Amino acid sequence: MGATFAFAESRDGNLRKVAFEAVTAARQAADASGGGEVHALIVGAPGIAARAAELGKYGADAVAVAEDAGLERYSPEVFAATSAERLRTGAYRAGFFAASAQGRDLAPRVAARLGVSLASDVTDFEIQGDAVLARHPAYTGKVIVTLRLVGAPALLSLRPGAVAAVEQPRVARVEAVAPAIAPGAARVVVTEVSQRSAAKLDLGEASVIVSGGRGLRAPENFKLVEDLAAAFGNAAVGATRAVTDDGWRPATDQIGQTGRVVSPNLYVALGISGAVQHLAGMRTAKTIVAINRDKDAPIFKVADYGIVGDLFEILPRLTEEIKKARASQ
Amino acid sequence: MLKIAVCLKRVPEMELRFSIAADRKSLDQGGLKYEISDFDGYALEVGLRLVEKEGAGEVVVLCVGPDGVQETIRKALAIGAARAVHLKADEVPFDGLAIAKALAAELKDGGYDLILFGRMATDTASGTVGPMTAELLDLPCVTALSHLEIANGRGTARRDLEGATETVEFPLPAVLTIDEGIARPRLASLKGIMAAKKKPLEVKPAQLGQVSLTVEAMAMPPERAGGRIIGEGSDAVPELVRLLRTEAKVL
Ligand SMILES: Cc1cc2nc3c(=O)[nH]c(=O)nc-3n(C[C@H](O)[C@H](O)[C@H](O)COP(=O)(O)OP(=O)(O)OC[C@H]3O[C@@H](n4cnc5c(N)ncnc54)[C@H](O)[C@@H]3O)c2cc1C
Ligand SMILES: Nc1ncnc2c1ncn2[C@@H]1O[C@H](COP(=O)(O)O)[C@@H](O)[C@H]1O
Repeated sequence: MGATFAFAESRDGNLRKVAFEAVTAARQAADASGGGEVHALIVGAPGIAARAAELGKYGADAVAVAEDAGLERYSPEVFAATSAERLRTGAYRAGFFAASAQGRDLAPRVAARLGVSLASDVTDFEIQGDAVLARHPAYTGKVIVTLRLVGAPALLSLRPGAVAAVEQPRVARVEAVAPAIAPGAARVVVTEVSQRSAAKLDLGEASVIVSGGRGLRAPENFKLVEDLAAAFGNAAVGATRAVTDDGWRPATDQIGQTGRVVSPNLYVALGISGAVQHLAGMRTAKTIVAINRDKDAPIFKVADYGIVGDLFEILPRLTEEIKKARASQ
Repeated sequence: MLKIAVCLKRVPEMELRFSIAADRKSLDQGGLKYEISDFDGYALEVGLRLVEKEGAGEVVVLCVGPDGVQETIRKALAIGAARAVHLKADEVPFDGLAIAKALAAELKDGGYDLILFGRMATDTASGTVGPMTAELLDLPCVTALSHLEIANGRGTARRDLEGATETVEFPLPAVLTIDEGIARPRLASLKGIMAAKKKPLEVKPAQLGQVSLTVEAMAMPPERAGGRIIGEGSDAVPELVRLLRTEAKVL
């Protein structure tokens, strides 16, 4: 019985939500192919090993931890070499990464090192005999492609949020491993990471995203969007390209074909027309709410719940009602 | 003297309506129009600007695909690339590793200072070919960069993470994948279009090798249950909140 591999992404000494999603997916893949262990890998600065046990909660049987003082920041070459080395040590059936900024950089490198293919940005997968079938939104999300991966290990990177992390507690064995190459020998070096706002919840991790479009009319009106996000408690704020191009919001907030691709539980689109390029970034959200004064706006075609009307009238009331609903729980 | 390769892909125009062919695993070709993949246009612009700034060198365009890609290649030549290599393949596999192998085989002894890719192709939306090619060539690689400076054989790039920005340093030669917004792509001039006809376009067979990732099926995204308008104006808010709590269960 082959084992299944999961790369567990961390940042600033903590595991990220996508790490638990990758381990959950590996657990599901292992169970679907008749059992087998789930082996996770964490790479980071000294101290990160203390986090390894958290992966056991999501079904990891063993966690390898590569710690080095030179790995406080992401090092593409060290992370890729170390992941490839771990994947070579066992007869791994499949390996899971996150399709996060880091995982999108890392997973293809690992695949090429091993000479195997990679299904990227996967929303759903299934084990079918010797093959893995992976679903992936392509063509700006207008077409869902089912990919067949043959050979082992089959590598997949998972769209953040697409596989919900599920607890399957067990006690994971933790093993320290050495990075496959010395961090000092890496040619590509991350010299600085500037945190835009440490407190702010990232779009990829938020279960609720409240997004604003040109219908907000002016940058200062995004206060209304932020108020609604705050009412939800842990929502992140997104935007359309119309808004980021005009500098109302930072480019990193852009959702869509050329921005971030997100899959939250709830996506609230405010004053957004619903251009295909925007839909490409959010149409896999579980529930979509749209508020737009144009009843023919394309966003309503994908919205589970739409309200036609002036957002400046509707938003304050919605924010109040959400606050009340949450307080009464 | 800077020698820069830009790998670009011909993709269908994304604004058009797609339909799935009878085999259920490819797009109906009828009515498709093609263009240079979005991010690859930015990669080309970055290459052209670097060569212009250096004052010496050339941008070489590489494209894997059937004969039809030559039209796309000519567009890149019209925009300003000096010459092109068409790696001919009757079909372009979805498998990024196969494409990377074909590109790496051609790039290997090319003596390029920089090899540029788009962050991802708009059709596959995979973002794998660039970093895979880099690994096959054992070259330093930075992906999805939104800012770039080259000086004295070294580069400094910035890439956006979730909620943060990384500054990355690397030596040349290197492979870079380009995010949008880094430099607004120029349009082809009439003079460029005329000149493009005479620029060298070499055709070679693409060495794709074994393909282990194939398309099993293509489908339109499931129609969202969407399209439900629950009301007008702020009077609809209580109903929305009720549905969010009882039906969608997100509160
Ligand atoms: C190659 C390419 C890539 C692109 N990539 C992206 C991408 O990644 N992400 C992205 O978002 N876009 C992208 N775009 C742009 C996209 O095509 C649209 O232009 C953009 O999404 C529109 O943004 P919007 O909905 O905010 O603005 P608009 O289309 O102008 O819509 C504004 C909406 O607000 C409504 N409105 C106005 N006032 C009110 C009010 N008072 N109350 C309620 N509703 C109101 C209007 O009815 C309208 O529907 C891309 C375009 C191209 C060509
Ligand atoms: N058929 C191709 N010919 C040349 N370059 C390609 C081809 N396919 C992909 N690329 C390059 O690789 C990038 C990433 O593609 P992908 O990994 O498919 O998302 C594209 O933006 C292009 O720069």
